[in-house]
Amino acid sequence: MAHGGGGTAMRALIDTLFLEAFSATPHAPQEDQARLPLEALAAGGDRLAFTTDSFVVEPLEFPGGNIGTLAVCGTVNDLAVGGARPVALSAAFILAEGLELACLRRIVASMAECAREAGVRIVTGDTKVVPKGACDGLYVTTSGVGIIPAGCNISIAAAQPGDVVLVNGTLGDHGAAILCARGDLALDVAIASDCAPLGGLVETLLAAAPGTRSLRDATRGGVAGVLSELAEASAVSLTLDETALPVRPEVVGVCDILGLEPLFLANEGKLVAVVPQTEAETALAALRAHPLGRQAAAIGTVGEAGPYGPSVVLRNAFGGRRTVTMPSGEQLPRIC
Amino acid sequence: MRATERIIVTGSVQGVGFRPFVWRKAHLLALAGEVRNRGDHVEVLATGTEAQRNSLIEALRQGPPHARVETVTRTPDKRIFTGAFTIATSEAGALHSGIVPDLALCPACRADINTPGSRRWRYALTCCTDCGPRFSIVTDFPYDRANTTMAPFTLCAACRAEYENPADRRFHAEPVACPACGPRLYYTGPAQPEEDPLDSATHLLKQGGILAIKGTGGYHLACLATDTAAIATLRARKHRPTKPLAVMVANTDAASAFAAPSAAELLLLQDASAPIVTVRATSALPEGLAPGLDRIGLMLAYTPLHALLLAQVGQPLVMTSGNRSGAPQAIDDETALHDLAGIADGWLYHDRRIARRLDDSVRAVVAGQATTLRHGRGLAPRRLPLPAGFASLPPVLAMGGDLKAAFCLMQDGQALLSHHLGDLHAEGVENTARQALADYRSLFGLTPAFIAVDAHPDYVSHRLGATLSQQRALPLHPIWHHHAHIAACMAEHGLGPDTPPVIGLALDGTGLGPDGTAWGCEALVCDYRTAHHAGRLAHVPLPGGDRAAREPWRMLLAHLDTALGPDATTRAVAQGLLPALHNRPLHALRAMIRTGLNAPPCSSAGRLFDAMAALLDIAPERLSHEGEAAMRLETLARQNTHMRPDSLLPDMRFALARTPDGLWELNPAPLWKAALTAKERGIAASTIAAGFHAALAEGLADLVVKLLPEPADTQEPLSALPGFTRAALRTVVLGGGVMANDVLVSALVTRLEAMSLRVLRPAFAPPGDGGLALGQAVVTAARARMETI
Ligand SMILES: [Fe+3]
Ligand SMILES: [Mg+2]
Ligand SMILES: [Zn+2]
Ligand SMILES: [Zn+2]
Repeated sequence: MAHGGGGTAMRALIDTLFLEAFSATPHAPQEDQARLPLEALAAGGDRLAFTTDSFVVEPLEFPGGNIGTLAVCGTVNDLAVGGARPVALSAAFILAEGLELACLRRIVASMAECAREAGVRIVTGDTKVVPKGACDGLYVTTSGVGIIPAGCNISIAAAQPGDVVLVNGTLGDHGAAILCARGDLALDVAIASDCAPLGGLVETLLAAAPGTRSLRDATRGGVAGVLSELAEASAVSLTLDETALPVRPEVVGVCDILGLEPLFLANEGKLVAVVPQTEAETALAALRAHPLGRQAAAIGTVGEAGPYGPSVVLRNAFGGRRTVTMPSGEQLPRIC
Repeated sequence: MRATERIIVTGSVQGVGFRPFVWRKAHLLALAGEVRNRGDHVEVLATGTEAQRNSLIEALRQGPPHARVETVTRTPDKRIFTGAFTIATSEAGALHSGIVPDLALCPACRADINTPGSRRWRYALTCCTDCGPRFSIVTDFPYDRANTTMAPFTLCAACRAEYENPADRRFHAEPVACPACGPRLYYTGPAQPEEDPLDSATHLLKQGGILAIKGTGGYHLACLATDTAAIATLRARKHRPTKPLAVMVANTDAASAFAAPSAAELLLLQDASAPIVTVRATSALPEGLAPGLDRIGLMLAYTPLHALLLAQVGQPLVMTSGNRSGAPQAIDDETALHDLAGIADGWLYHDRRIARRLDDSVRAVVAGQATTLRHGRGLAPRRLPLPAGFASLPPVLAMGGDLKAAFCLMQDGQALLSHHLGDLHAEGVENTARQALADYRSLFGLTPAFIAVDAHPDYVSHRLGATLSQQRALPLHPIWHHHAHIAACMAEHGLGPDTPPVIGLALDGTGLGPDGTAWGCEALVCDYRTAHHAGRLAHVPLPGGDRAAREPWRMLLAHLDTALGPDATTRAVAQGLLPALHNRPLHALRAMIRTGLNAPPCSSAGRLFDAMAALLDIAPERLSHEGEAAMRLETLARQNTHMRPDSLLPDMRFALARTPDGLWELNPAPLWKAALTAKERGIAASTIAAGFHAALAEGLADLVVKLLPEPADTQEPLSALPGFTRAALRTVVLGGGVMANDVLVSALVTRLEAMSLRVLRPAFAPPGDGGLALGQAVVTAARARMETI
């Protein structure tokens, strides 16, 4: 692959590759922007949700997904947890010289497939090719817009004492999958990333539990990261039941070896939901009925913030409790 | 010539019977005048002849048994008092309350409860000015009965007479009580065949049951120390498989049944602070109390309740903190009844409320010196007078560390180190710490100008301090962990703020170093303001981060791979020389080490001990409590029967070399080679363990030598510390939790003192993280002054 404007033939090849994969109607006229009819948008709700994210991952392809599906799911999920129905995405690529064309093809194809599955179109995009070494293979930036139905007011600041905390499945699969996929850890376990678009699951949940207060996808920082933000934003204390946390035994095994905790590992198809106690059971049942929520679980409860403010506390099998705190950066040893 | 003097006495002079002491002396000397508490000091106005007044001053400098007089100042006063000397009512208002630590049962009160016919025969809650609860019952300032948890109990006529009679040893003993008017004892348990709570509790214990007992600073769980089954049950119910259990004995004679305390240890045991003292166990030590160790934590019965119970039971009792796994010790009855329901079979308690949780203090004689290992009940709140020069420095609140949290207030040339608060990550401890902070601030009246914290940004204590500094708009000073360890020891040994630099040896688990690596075996050349990194243990990876601190085999792999290379290690595993590494995910760990995934470099001494314990097959796969492997290694070293392990293991040593960035680095590679060879040759593990301790002491001493001035370069300026030359370096200061290791410290001190160096060791403040706050406070104060010049 040659970079810049140099190789005209290559340029055309790449453009075709993206166009064929993403265009709903091939050979439609190419404008400089995607055009979304307002009327159709307005019919779906009363607010536009708009989000963007950049994706960098090593390796580019891993069990359960690749950088492309990650980019689609990440942005779709950021829209979905706001209660928005995803409508359209943009995708921008920075490619390094030397990236295998076959690899790019696979990634782009799975992106298109993932977008279809998520019910969203990739309507605009861009590609730049940079010299080898200026970028690690491939970077992707996706932005997305979605429509928030009228009356839907999901917020990280809306959790209330008495509410129940749910997750839609096992923790840390993506983080563990990436660590294993790097290969250099010589860990002989097969863990697939949980990378999945959660729009449908959110719709199901909101239909079953319209009183849902908060939703967050638990990506970097893991479920612990989301819960810390949630406790802070809602000014509440969260108590988690360690025995209720759904974790794959393979992930437990990897974490044991590496000295990591599933609660802090990244997910790409997991959300944390806070629902009123009265709707907890129906919400859980609805999640479990959905293919992306079969292992959903109630993992904790919301309580009043203590005299000194919000906190997240993990209760173990023996009833012991400890405070969950997020490291400010890279985790540094603490035991003296 | 009769004249009047105003005499001010400062120090720990309240709650220790100081005023009646003065009253008695004044009456004996026929002086007129009065005495009163004035917040932070006692004020005496005495009218009499110069000879009379001088005699009084003489007595005041001594004070009653538990007082610690710091200063006595006298000024002339115009008033002339006539008539009898009186005790005036105490006053509030000043800083420092003079609130003192809780005191162990005194001989006179012990006699009272054992004397049939005495008003207080078998009364479990008696006390006098020489003994009883103090800090554990204080709710407000000043120290008066109304400001203690004794406030709800109205004195009966007999007690009031004692309380008001200056000649009585209960004069103004705020918690004074008797069976008629004081708190009462209760028992809750399954069957209660006995009328008397003491009898019911005795019955339960004798049957092998587990009893929750309300003590001075919290609940304990007790069982017969001689009953293996009861001990096993207690361990199982508390989820505490191997951590040593403290034992309470009625008296020192009872202690000698299974332990052999030295004379110095006996003194510590009988101290008014009644700490847990770690002493040598004899072969008669009941099973299960301290698995794998040759020491046992002993304490004497320190309240009348304990004394009565032990006398009735007639046997030593296990006395471990009364809490659910992971939770702090219960102090209120409701929590105890609820939380300990799955652990205790019965509850022996009373209706005198505990105002604050105070864990038992732990002390030990380390290399001949009494050393505080946990600063708790009976020790806190003691004020440490700081050397001259600190008095003029701004007040500081230092937040301490995380795992053995304790903060320190520094003001007016004194440091007040809080009691041990526990692990800030455990349930409720953060809130306890905040409450204690508020308590100390109101009881002792500190208004800090600076907040000091450990430099580790993820310490809970760091975040608490940062929040406080924001809320109160006070400057925040992050202090490097190991500098604080050394500075704490400097301060308690009287080194002033302008002291010439010292050589500090700080050995512990890990603390964040300025270079971003995990420090833990460091040589510093430092004064209070500046610390220059001069030496360290060579880096090894910490595979798994904090997980490596719980699983010693990880450190064994890290050390052996670093020292000998993976191939040699793998060969040794294949030869069956390293059972600790059998069936472990070595590939994955090596990959972590290779790629740096959660395997940060460390120079930890604690992890070196862990690795050696794993090599010698005395470390469990996963430690159940901190220091477990290191304590077993120390025990093993003491079992060595060879007088000189170094003659048997001449190659067991550290290499010492200078790194490109000028650090003197102790490299354990030769040591690992020698240890593995020795193991292969079948040399006793105890000899290898002893050789290891000797080698470390030797290596540290050699490192110190490298930092000492050569005659030729004594005038060479210390680039790191402007204004000082190398000639100043004659003092070695020790710090960090590893300095509780008697075998190591004994060898190290011997070596250093043989070089005519002055060696300072922690005694007042714990060498471990429990003493960090003191160091943080003095460093910050010294720096703050520098900033204001
Ligand atoms: Fe430390
Ligand atoms: Mg985003
Ligand atoms: Zn007494
Ligand atoms: Zn009475």
